[in-house]
Amino acid sequence: MFYREAGQFKTSYKADQALFPILQDRIGIAAILLIAFVAIPLFASDFFLTSIMIPFLVFALAAIGLNVLTGYCGQLSLGTGAFMGVGAYAAYKLTTAFPDANVIVMVLLSGVFSAAIGAVFGLPSLRIKGLYLAVTTLAAQFFLEWCFIRIPWLYNDNASGAIEVPRREMFGFIVTGAEALPITRYFVVLCITAGIAYLMANVLRGRIGRSWMMIRDMDIAAELMGVRPLQTKLMAFAVSSYICGVAGAMMVFFWLNAAEPSSYSIRLSFQILFMVILGGLGSLGGAFMGAAFIWILPVLLKFVPGMLGMDIAAETVEHATFMIVGALIIFFLIVEPHGFARLWQIAKQKLRVWPFPY
Amino acid sequence: MKDFKQFALGTAVALGVGLTGLMAPTAQAQDSNYVPLLTYRTGPYAGSGIHIANGMHDYLQMLNERDGGIGGVKLELEECETGYNAQKGVECYEATKGKGALVYNPYSTGITLQLIPKASVDKIPVLSMGYGLSAAADGNVFPWVFNGPDTYWDGASVVIKYIGQQEGGLENLKGKKIGYLFLDAGYGREPIPLLEQLAEKYGFELLKYPVPGAEMQNQSSQWLNVRRDRPDYMVMWGWGAMNPTAIKEAVKIRFPMDKFIGVWWAAGDDDAAAGGEGAKGYKALNFSGVGPDFPAIDDIKTHVVEAGLSSADPETVGGTLYNRGVLNSVIIAEGIRTAQELTGKTVITGEDMRMGLEALNLDEARLKELGLAGFAHPMKVTCEDHSGSNPVFIQQWNGTEWRQASDWIEPMNDLVRPLLEAAAKEYAEKNAPWPARTEACPN
Amino acid sequence: MLYDIFIDPFVQMYDMPDFFLQVLWEGFVAGILYALIALGFVLIFKASGVFNFAQGIMVVFAGLTLVGLHENGVPAYLALILTIGVMGVLAYGVERVVMRPLVNQPEIILLMATIGLTYFLVGFGEFVFGGEPKQMITQELGLPTGSTAFEIGDRGLIILQHIDIAAAVIAVIMVTALGLFFNKTRIGRALRAVADDHQAALSVGISLNQIWAIVWFAAGLVALATGIMWGARSDVSFALEIVAFKALPVLILGGFTSIPGAIVGGLIIGFGEKIGELYWGGLVGGGVESWLAYIIALVFLLFRPQGLFGERIIERI
Repeated sequence: MFYREAGQFKTSYKADQALFPILQDRIGIAAILLIAFVAIPLFASDFFLTSIMIPFLVFALAAIGLNVLTGYCGQLSLGTGAFMGVGAYAAYKLTTAFPDANVIVMVLLSGVFSAAIGAVFGLPSLRIKGLYLAVTTLAAQFFLEWCFIRIPWLYNDNASGAIEVPRREMFGFIVTGAEALPITRYFVVLCITAGIAYLMANVLRGRIGRSWMMIRDMDIAAELMGVRPLQTKLMAFAVSSYICGVAGAMMVFFWLNAAEPSSYSIRLSFQILFMVILGGLGSLGGAFMGAAFIWILPVLLKFVPGMLGMDIAAETVEHATFMIVGALIIFFLIVEPHGFARLWQIAKQKLRVWPFPY
Repeated sequence: MKDFKQFALGTAVALGVGLTGLMAPTAQAQDSNYVPLLTYRTGPYAGSGIHIANGMHDYLQMLNERDGGIGGVKLELEECETGYNAQKGVECYEATKGKGALVYNPYSTGITLQLIPKASVDKIPVLSMGYGLSAAADGNVFPWVFNGPDTYWDGASVVIKYIGQQEGGLENLKGKKIGYLFLDAGYGREPIPLLEQLAEKYGFELLKYPVPGAEMQNQSSQWLNVRRDRPDYMVMWGWGAMNPTAIKEAVKIRFPMDKFIGVWWAAGDDDAAAGGEGAKGYKALNFSGVGPDFPAIDDIKTHVVEAGLSSADPETVGGTLYNRGVLNSVIIAEGIRTAQELTGKTVITGEDMRMGLEALNLDEARLKELGLAGFAHPMKVTCEDHSGSNPVFIQQWNGTEWRQASDWIEPMNDLVRPLLEAAAKEYAEKNAPWPARTEACPN
Repeated sequence: MLYDIFIDPFVQMYDMPDFFLQVLWEGFVAGILYALIALGFVLIFKASGVFNFAQGIMVVFAGLTLVGLHENGVPAYLALILTIGVMGVLAYGVERVVMRPLVNQPEIILLMATIGLTYFLVGFGEFVFGGEPKQMITQELGLPTGSTAFEIGDRGLIILQHIDIAAAVIAVIMVTALGLFFNKTRIGRALRAVADDHQAALSVGISLNQIWAIVWFAAGLVALATGIMWGARSDVSFALEIVAFKALPVLILGGFTSIPGAIVGGLIIGFGEKIGELYWGGLVGGGVESWLAYIIALVFLLFRPQGLFGERIIERI
């Protein structure tokens, strides 16, 4: 009824191959972009921007990155946090080495470094599969974390051992550092995330994305059909790490402002993995939904009781948050193991046939 | 499935309500002074964090109960749980700063570093008492950050000075070996440059034993190394679960405990108690009172703990870390009082608070008046020096409780101060354009 | 430089034999403890194909329950029995609430479910027992606390902690008991049948649910033993959960399904990381323990992707 594609005829290959071939999808995307670019900046408070929207977009991008590797290419990774860290440290080194260069270019360039490192740690994937591979990515996680602490060159020998984001301007706006307005940072993060998501949506349905999915579904069969596993898997690792690296750089440049090595610990890897799994493996929209759920729910649980006037001790809220998030993860896995993306498909189907059950 | 639909609908509605609540700007009207407390009672560092959180909260609560706040205005306290996690720290900051927050005490080096550049923008001072960025002691570069009574460099110099005293003079350190066991993070690495400089100056050998954060409770390799190298003294920069583990391992390899000295964050009662009988003799730096025998602590007991307003276990009241939290709150409270005197207002802002902290003068008479005579060394903040590099004493564990074991020892100011200034300058250069100080000096 | 890498460590080993023996002993003890954690993983993976990430937090949870009960006035041995009961309830609950509805899901989903369980247990444990680290009630449980020093000739001395010896003994007893249980009892045989083939086991009338509850309970017992031992070495706190990650390279070395593999893998990692840290770690500033085990495992995997004792991987299209 509401979501009917009947009657929408395609008369050219171009129209048929469009990213959103269905009118309702185009309307939906336009509405979301309108909200993101116009409504939120107009109405949101600083807290909403800095503590909800910016982290949400950063995490969504990181989840897209991991989704490329785990969801589309089938290689389970627990080293996401470290790859994000590589991006952050690379961006810091670049922007302090070239203070006059555009900081956004530097953030986008930093992904190249994490892509290279990701590809190196992706090499074992040629021989090792599944959970074994997951454990070897832990080697990357712990080794890189150690490097962030032990190589003072990476943080310019700061006495504090942390990277601190300096002030950088672009077109007269301060985009990084403490003086950057939340709204500016929000726009930068939004543009980068939306841009990469758009790019990936196209890559994933093209030849590269399809070869990744072949590897995921059955690597031996893919190999027999002419997909070269070495190049394909390493490309998945590189692309995934690139995106994660950019997300990591954005995390420190546009959100946290300063980062210690512990900001990129194994906990971050798990956080991103949760987002990918709950959102739905192999779905870009799912990455956004998963990120929203895992990031926004704890924030809500933390601050809503206070706003409603309930007086609960801070640590009790924290304990409850852990329990609720854990229980909800199990609950969602039981109810819908394919994640929110699958729920969304079910919802679309319902909308299509409503008011009839089938 | 039907249940699930209802559940999903309910969740969606709840999320919607919550989000609209968060989008609306928070109300500002107030007739009280709002002090957010960034604490952590969960996570790997909770063991140390809980006592500090209790101390901070209970003293301010006691002022509310006993005196009706400060200057006749109640304090509005709000704890925000950070879990020692930088992400949540920023979240807590953003959530509370709009409510007229007067000062932040993050109790995490990582969160402190994030807040330092924001402090001057949002006009809310940061009080990192004995932690955070040492360089922030330079008030000319960091007008909004206060890190008294001491920086880590002060602490490191006091340890070496104390070891010198034990050996009968600093010149006798020549040829000695001093081991440095530290949490492998910014916190533990900060004193190294100073220690290396001192090693060169006095001719002792500095042996470094890093403990990775993930391996806090698995230190047998570090202590095997200690056994091999046989250092004459061990110095520890530890936090959370690292401390009790280190003390146990030291007991295990039969290291002489009276030659094992921890920084003020490795001075908790639980830390030392973990070593049992063998931990007797363990020493630690401290700058806040030992034990519960102070009139102000008694007031906390009667007005807060016995009234059921505290989450502290009554036995822990007066412990080292609890008292540390109390001292933190004393500085906050005195900062507010000084600000009220300076401005003539009762409800103050973050800017007033900055002035109050900068004009803070906690002399002996004032400490006595507060019921805290001898609780801390008198401290006076100046516009140039936000730390004060105040004297520190050594306390020793006697098997059941801490006892003061030395007089107040002055840090090596002649050595530390130039380092602090150089580090502050370097920070400003690296973070250029760092705003120059425009705030007037209240003194 | 080359001298430092290839010759000096061995010279040191020869020069200070007492120290070398001490290093080996510490490596042995650490290896036993890693092996105990890994054993918990193996039990569950063998029977249900679930990679149980919650094993680490189960160690903390078991330790906390034991100490928490004792702090509330329950005598030590009764607390031990009650804790075993709690682990039984937990096993039953996990089987009923988490495992049963998720039967037949891909392994990554099951892995995520156990991480969800980890979150839940962290919150629940802190809610009930608070976040403070607790002292393990070593003496109350009748475990030895002292240490013995051996002199070897005139070349130095070795210090052995009684608790470490007890840990080794308990580990041996547990592994033997589990081995006997698997090989000699009816339930043990049913368990092996389930491990081999779920459907075949079901068709001969073995209750999968019952078997799963039993392995989770067994893993809970192993967690309790680990919690006591590790708690006695440092203390019982939530930071211990991170140490449990060390069991993962052990698993890789030993293979996910092999009990002897867990033991041998644990010992290799224990010896490897202590020797590596003490004789070579200094070259890069120390503290290499946090990743050395993973690199050992990674290199090893490149040559033998299924681990030491793992089942051979046969791939078909």
